[in-house]
Amino acid sequence: MATSSTPTGQDMSATPRPIIEVDSVVIRFAGDSGDGMQLTGSEFTKASAVAGNDLSTLPDYPAEIRAPTGTLFGVSGFQLQFASHQVFTPGDQPDVLVAMNPAALKTNLPDLVTSGSLIVNTAAFTKPNLTKAKYESNPLEDGSLEGYQVFPVDVTGLTKECLKDSGLNAKSIDRCKNFFALGMTFWMFNRPIEPALKSINDKFRKKKPELADANIQVFKAGYHYGETAEIFTQSVQVKRAEIAPGKYRNIMGNSATAIGLVTGATLAELPLLYAGYPITPASTILHELSRYRAYGATTIQVEDEIAAAGAAIGASFGGSIGVTASSGPGVALKAEAMGLAVSLELPLVVVNVQRGGPSTGLPTKTEQSDLLQMLYGRNGESPVAVLSARTPGDCFDCAIEAVRIAVKYMTPVVLMTDGYLANGAEPWRIPKLSDIAPFPAKFRTDPENFFPYERDEKTLARPWVKPGTPGLAHRVGGLEKDALTGHVSYDPENHQKMCELRRDKILRIQQELGPIEVNGEHEGEVLVIGWGSTYGAITKSVNELREGGAKVSHVHLRWLNPLHPHPPQPQALRPTPWTARPARSRCGTVARSRSPGWDAT
Amino acid sequence: MGSEIKLKKKDFQSDQDVRWCPGCGDYSILAQVQKSFAELGVNRDETVIISGIGCSSRFPYYMTTYGMHSIHGRAPTFATGLKVSRPELNVWVITGDGDSLSIGGNHLIHAMRRNVNLKILLFNNRIYGLTKGQYSPTSETGKRTPSTPLGSVDNPFDPVSVVLGAGATFVARSIDTDTKHLQEMIKRAHAHKGTAIIEIYQNCNVFNDGAFVQITNKDAKEEQQLRLVHGEPMLFAGGTKGIRFNQLGVPEVVEVGEGKTSLDAICKHDETMDTPAYAFTLAQLRYPDHPTPVGVFRAVSRPTYDDAVNEQTQRAVAAKPSADLSSLWHQGEVWEAE
Ligand SMILES: Cc1ncc(C[n+]2csc(CCOP(=O)(O)OP(=O)(O)O)c2C)c(N)n1
Ligand code: SF4
Ligand SMILES: [Mg+2]
Repeated sequence: MATSSTPTGQDMSATPRPIIEVDSVVIRFAGDSGDGMQLTGSEFTKASAVAGNDLSTLPDYPAEIRAPTGTLFGVSGFQLQFASHQVFTPGDQPDVLVAMNPAALKTNLPDLVTSGSLIVNTAAFTKPNLTKAKYESNPLEDGSLEGYQVFPVDVTGLTKECLKDSGLNAKSIDRCKNFFALGMTFWMFNRPIEPALKSINDKFRKKKPELADANIQVFKAGYHYGETAEIFTQSVQVKRAEIAPGKYRNIMGNSATAIGLVTGATLAELPLLYAGYPITPASTILHELSRYRAYGATTIQVEDEIAAAGAAIGASFGGSIGVTASSGPGVALKAEAMGLAVSLELPLVVVNVQRGGPSTGLPTKTEQSDLLQMLYGRNGESPVAVLSARTPGDCFDCAIEAVRIAVKYMTPVVLMTDGYLANGAEPWRIPKLSDIAPFPAKFRTDPENFFPYERDEKTLARPWVKPGTPGLAHRVGGLEKDALTGHVSYDPENHQKMCELRRDKILRIQQELGPIEVNGEHEGEVLVIGWGSTYGAITKSVNELREGGAKVSHVHLRWLNPLHPHPPQPQALRPTPWTARPARSRCGTVARSRSPGWDAT
Repeated sequence: MGSEIKLKKKDFQSDQDVRWCPGCGDYSILAQVQKSFAELGVNRDETVIISGIGCSSRFPYYMTTYGMHSIHGRAPTFATGLKVSRPELNVWVITGDGDSLSIGGNHLIHAMRRNVNLKILLFNNRIYGLTKGQYSPTSETGKRTPSTPLGSVDNPFDPVSVVLGAGATFVARSIDTDTKHLQEMIKRAHAHKGTAIIEIYQNCNVFNDGAFVQITNKDAKEEQQLRLVHGEPMLFAGGTKGIRFNQLGVPEVVEVGEGKTSLDAICKHDETMDTPAYAFTLAQLRYPDHPTPVGVFRAVSRPTYDDAVNEQTQRAVAAKPSADLSSLWHQGEVWEAE
């Protein structure tokens, strides 16, 4: 726990106990993939959010849908940092570890802070489970947990006892045990239980009412167990964080992307067609968007990622905003169609929710290793706009921005997020309608002097014409086109001109972007340049170093193509003695961009 | 609607020079489409022609409708996205045998399965024209081409069989040079609600000249073509021969007339048969053992994909009149921070 202070008094519950106040706590729930750890983690997250803490989460689950029980590779975890101050990451090391079986203990214990709290489900420490977890002796008995605050609890047995009259079968009863653990942690951190009761009820009442009752009963039993068994002699309290006033909800990155896309389309006054093909960790964008028909979003699941990109472009040709999302392997398949969209100069949004590569790689793990793929991974000179989200909530803003730029500049826009953002959650301040200005799309309807590739002077965008518009029938295609008429042209000078126009059009997007913000001095000793989801980790580290007196500064790139215009003081990005470019990839591929003014880095 | 003024064939001809080789079968197909569209009173501004890549796929540039020359094999995907989002448009797809059955095979079968309201013209010249004459998935086994100097070893696809297997609701076959028949098929496809596909035998006089000559040439025509006409007995060779199904359902060629097989025993073509097995059986008739069927193999009615998607949307909109940005954002647990 980050900072502990002296006991401050008594709490309001039946049994008075001292309350320890701390600034922040990192807790990790770990168990078998069938143990419901993700659900447990997200319930605890909700409760922390409602209690006014700032927070950040990191779900970590195996790629196998139902890995063999008790195995090391079948362990599923959910980590959460909640604090009374601003939180940038889910935390490095948990202060509290809930381990539902030996495999979970084995894989997660090395991360636990020295003298951290450890809640273990003793019932799972059977011979077979210990063997599967490759333990030679029982760690609960052999003294190897010395130094930690161990709370051994027979979670399985207590859950069984609690539900013995429920009429549920043994298997269903066993599946409720995560709520017992959840209840205990609520007691431990002095969380109000009402929101959780409501949430469990909402989740199960409709489909499985008997489970709603059972889970609530077990949850309460866990909570009261903490109280009556007096295993946690103190309650730990994390105060509300001081956050900007307003309405909040919890949001995961992919949800933020989905509602951001719908918001962007609404602000552009366009129907949205999303075409997708399932892939981890992008699929939940498709799932979420497919619930928004009434909001103007149509989703179709098609035969592959090529078809998804094709259908999105077809829709854009028809006057909708076409959107498709995938992860690295799927985006690779979209490359040729994206090149066509560059040539057709139609709006298109492609979201890449990155995961570990190469090839199928690490589908459930995060990485930032597709940047060069998105910048350059097409044949010919085919520049597209690329921007990246930095936090789960930021996916919302970036998705709106992607739609706005795609429509205004008639270009494909790539939005880069990753598995860490997609599944991570944070409290999100719900915008007010008045906060966001609409940007209605314009369609050409005047047949007088119409040339399909005539350009807007400011944006270099060509006119967007909906098929069905009288007198404006025209043909577009992937063959090089005359810079004005759009007719097929093999003329070398025209080709040169078109290449330059396509490049310049993307560079013109710079006029939309403010100067890059620098966290720290413009002339420090070390400059850290980051992009995407490393924002939290870099901010935290840089702030810590700066508090310690180091002259470290940080710029975080949102736009990767084009890059932000040069900062007001050009020396800010002149080579500092050290330039660090941390990214979630081994070879840290921050843009070797061709944008003007950035050559120095 | 510009259809009050009667359009002529030339109203569908764009100002672009047609660049196919002189003598290419594509010219005739282009002309028959333009003629049929004029006769149908097709509205140019509400028509979109989308093609893949290949000689045939240059087609949209030569029309005065809206058009998109897309990427190799993927035309049905663009057309699907367009049709779902703009169901009122008249959307046609132009594709070649390589475009639709090699690189684009997946999209072709899924378009059939979904029954998107698209019209697909498959120019089958049994060769890769644009890339200079390699064998294609419809080339006959043993085909010698630059990429198969020893002769190809793989078995060809029959496009009609492939699309029938994928659940096509309208399937026809016609011939580039048979202008009247081709126009009739184009009009039939236009009238069909759902995916309509016409396989058009197209001569590539440069790389595969005479690919269909045994079937199309004047002298052979009568013997080698079986004209499928709904409700009519399947006769050919001037009515002297016909198709009869034996007890196993296998079609046989029989002589018709006095002292031979009676006309009553000849199968009457039924393009509306629910089972695709019948049309599939007909599709197995081919040169040299059988006359090759041309005409409509199958024309059945099934709900279209674009209608189904848009009906769902209408229901969703009706069920949630309160849908707006604010309700979109305020989902789940919302709390207030002061
Ligand atoms: C992705 C891709 N692969 C290969 C090609 C090269 N290519 C262009 S057309 C074609 C074959 C066309 O054959 P077909 O569809 O039968 O059309 P035809 O030229 O015979 O009308 C090929 C292989 C390409 N343009 N794109
Ligand atoms: S190569 Fe063949 S198909 Fe292509 S234009 Fe020439 S004749 Fe026609
Ligand atoms: Mg061909």
